[in-house]
Amino acid sequence: MPSTDPITVPPPRVASARTPPPFVRSATACGHCGDPVPATRIDAASDTQFCCDGCRVVFAMLKQHGLDGYYELGAAEPALATGRDYAEFDDPSFLSLYAKQHGDEQTLDLLLEGVHCAACVWLVEKLPALVPGVTECRLDYAQRIARVSFRDERGGAARERSGATAATTPPTSPTTTHASTIAQPPDRLGYPPHPHRDGERARVQRREERDLLVRLGVAGASAGNSMLFAIALYSGGFADMDAEHLRYFRVLSTIVALPAVLWSAQVFYRGALGALRARRPHMDLPLSLGIVLGIVWGTVNLMRGAGEVYFDSLSALVFVLLVARFLQVRQQARAERAAGSAQALTPRTARLLDASGSPRLAPAESVTRGARVEVLAGDVFPVDGRIESGHSKADTSWLTGESAARDVSPGSAVFAGTTNLSGRVVLRAEQTGAETRAARLWREMESASARRAPIASLADRASAYFLLGILLLAVVAFLAWLPAGVGPAIQAAVALLVVTCPCGLALATPLAVSAALGQAARSGWLIKGGAALEALARPALIVFDKTGTLTRSELAVVRWVGDTSLGSEIKALEVTSAHPIARALVTALDGVDAAVATEVVERLGSGVEGRIGGRHVSVGAVRSIAEPLPPWTVEALAELREEGLSPVIVSVDGVVRTVAALGDPVRSDAAQALRELRQRGHRLALLSGDHSGVVAHVVRELEAQAGTRLFETARGDVSPEEKLAFIEAARARGNVFMVGDGVNDAAALAAASVGIAVHGGAEASLAAAHVFATRSGVAPLIALVDGARRTLRAIHTNLGFSLAYNVVAASLCLAGAVTPLWAAIIMPLSSLTVITHSYRRRMFGGSS
Amino acid sequence: MSVLFIAVPAALAFVTCAVAAFTWASRSGQLDDLETPPLRVLHDDATSAATGRPRAGSRTQD
Repeated sequence: MPSTDPITVPPPRVASARTPPPFVRSATACGHCGDPVPATRIDAASDTQFCCDGCRVVFAMLKQHGLDGYYELGAAEPALATGRDYAEFDDPSFLSLYAKQHGDEQTLDLLLEGVHCAACVWLVEKLPALVPGVTECRLDYAQRIARVSFRDERGGAARERSGATAATTPPTSPTTTHASTIAQPPDRLGYPPHPHRDGERARVQRREERDLLVRLGVAGASAGNSMLFAIALYSGGFADMDAEHLRYFRVLSTIVALPAVLWSAQVFYRGALGALRARRPHMDLPLSLGIVLGIVWGTVNLMRGAGEVYFDSLSALVFVLLVARFLQVRQQARAERAAGSAQALTPRTARLLDASGSPRLAPAESVTRGARVEVLAGDVFPVDGRIESGHSKADTSWLTGESAARDVSPGSAVFAGTTNLSGRVVLRAEQTGAETRAARLWREMESASARRAPIASLADRASAYFLLGILLLAVVAFLAWLPAGVGPAIQAAVALLVVTCPCGLALATPLAVSAALGQAARSGWLIKGGAALEALARPALIVFDKTGTLTRSELAVVRWVGDTSLGSEIKALEVTSAHPIARALVTALDGVDAAVATEVVERLGSGVEGRIGGRHVSVGAVRSIAEPLPPWTVEALAELREEGLSPVIVSVDGVVRTVAALGDPVRSDAAQALRELRQRGHRLALLSGDHSGVVAHVVRELEAQAGTRLFETARGDVSPEEKLAFIEAARARGNVFMVGDGVNDAAALAAASVGIAVHGGAEASLAAAHVFATRSGVAPLIALVDGARRTLRAIHTNLGFSLAYNVVAASLCLAGAVTPLWAAIIMPLSSLTVITHSYRRRMFGGSS
Repeated sequence: MSVLFIAVPAALAFVTCAVAAFTWASRSGQLDDLETPPLRVLHDDATSAATGRPRAGSRTQD
């Protein structure tokens, strides 16, 4: 397989018997994943070539089961398989933690990485064809969660006892082998599975969503039918309807509308009561007041057999308002869930050591304090603990923002969520599960988001004023018509409340926002709610976290110092190594032909050496050179250190010839995108946990590319607490966006007006952020702020439409000129205008 | 016109059934995911949905 699980790192540079495939460019693409096939693996006798045995196996597996239609569906993305055996799925605690028992079947929710197209849905749902014992597999494409139903040992036994289809059921293997057998095929196909459990919040959200949908459906049926009867009434008004039929239709129209106004509309009544208790004006309050007044007056008119019954308009009003509310709730819940499900990607597996010292894979939640846990190179620490034996380097950037690895040895503390880079260590668990430092940070972040003052959105403020105006007007209408009698006065007031339908107004924002959120999601932005959109549309101070946002987050050769003619020699030595430095060097030497090297030796932690054309060539770290360095090298090294770059020294026969400077280069699109952000009136700042020298270098590089000054503040060595303090101070002065990717940013992300988590970032930041990007780089930010501005314009236009309509309708009402028929005709018009306008506008994607 | 006294309640009975069906569908979660089913429709191929196994003779096998 060409790539590994994203949370692991390439294997360390260890002289081993296993030689990774050489990085040779070739025109042949792998028949499964499409990656280039190494020249050594090309099989002249076969039609289809593969980059590795994993791909060959997957191809054969699909073909054998008649599933090779997968390739015709145009699955072009490279597969992500990890090749793990998922032994932790067989731990006794696993099924009780993640699976649900339904009759003789278990269901297990798996979050799949790498699901991205229709072909993926097709392939994943063919799991029953690949694993006997799996009865069904349904994939929720939007959430990337596959629900797998399968029979386990207990189920099989029950079937045999019942004497049912025991003969046709193959002898099922014990429960403990099933879950891992299910997990392996999706992994081999490039969808590494992660066990998934809905959080309490997600469950509540889903229940509320369904409840709202039912209320919406009931209101729709009520409104539709009630309006049918109302049409009969209105047309009967012209064509002398029998008194008997008139009365019949009035009663019918009322009865049919009752479910909508009494049951469906409870959503608004509850909101209104809540607003009353909290003594805060809320949209639901005047809405409920209008509906309740309409019900009372409609009932009075029904009883006395004269005047209008308003139930058709009322139920239609409830229906349209519920549509708006439902769209809003659904969009927001979906964005939240998408971000939340990324949490499942954190490691849930620990290698527990038993008394005899042999490892057993178990879910990380089941590790208890004091247990001994083995962590291999490239794995993520599952718990907080202290190293008992072994030496390694730990990548703690996730927690501290420091991108340089930290040495760990017996006695050092290590933390869950950080990565073990270079060697096997054994640690004793100290804090597990919710007690780990990462989990505590998570909770702090959550409470930071809870503290955040809610931003009253523009539309809420506008509608509050508007509705207040309507209430006043209703009083005016009542007083104005009072001389004509109490009856006409009440009728005028109620007509005004009902006819100046706040539909358009209530729909103006939710519709535009939900259309915008949908479009944004399709173009790679998950936005949680309209308040973030509104803030995004205003100029702000944009604070970047360097790692991962402005740089490519991978090692690459930034420049060469000294002799540049040694390319083919360097490539000859490095081409067989899988070490990140070797890969960076080989990538930089793309297009150079490798020389022939003999006696190649790879030394742990220092480099590679070998013999090329009679000369002894070595490529490696500074400390691998025994001889005193020539003055130019010393000078170059000092300069590189200043810039935060790592030097790699190339020497021939003991003489230093070239220094390769490796670093994390800035993204090619960054400078241009930052300049455009400035042109749009945003100010920029850079706060990083990295070394100040590195930060200064990145800023110099970007500003040189952009040809202008970009950042008004650029600081390195910034702790998470300082970041938070900076953001809070800036927030007090104005609008602040924070663009980050690490858990150390999470509190700052939550504190900013808009926290934007970029792709590849830590999971905690996804929960903290208001906006989550599925595309990397800075350029998409421009599309985001432009989209937000277009959305706000669309909202303004919508508000304009509905205000204009309402002004006209209200004046007609005050003049007593609006008959219910006219109201019934004009009312949907305003809503329709708003609906069409919202959904026809391109706010994200499309025009940018 | 007295037919209305029978026809309208009959129509309302149908409406009640439709509302009940809708309520059942959404409470049982059938409307939770509106994105995958449209994709699933595209997968009209040689395999039967019930077993996921290919139908005989419909696809070349090696």
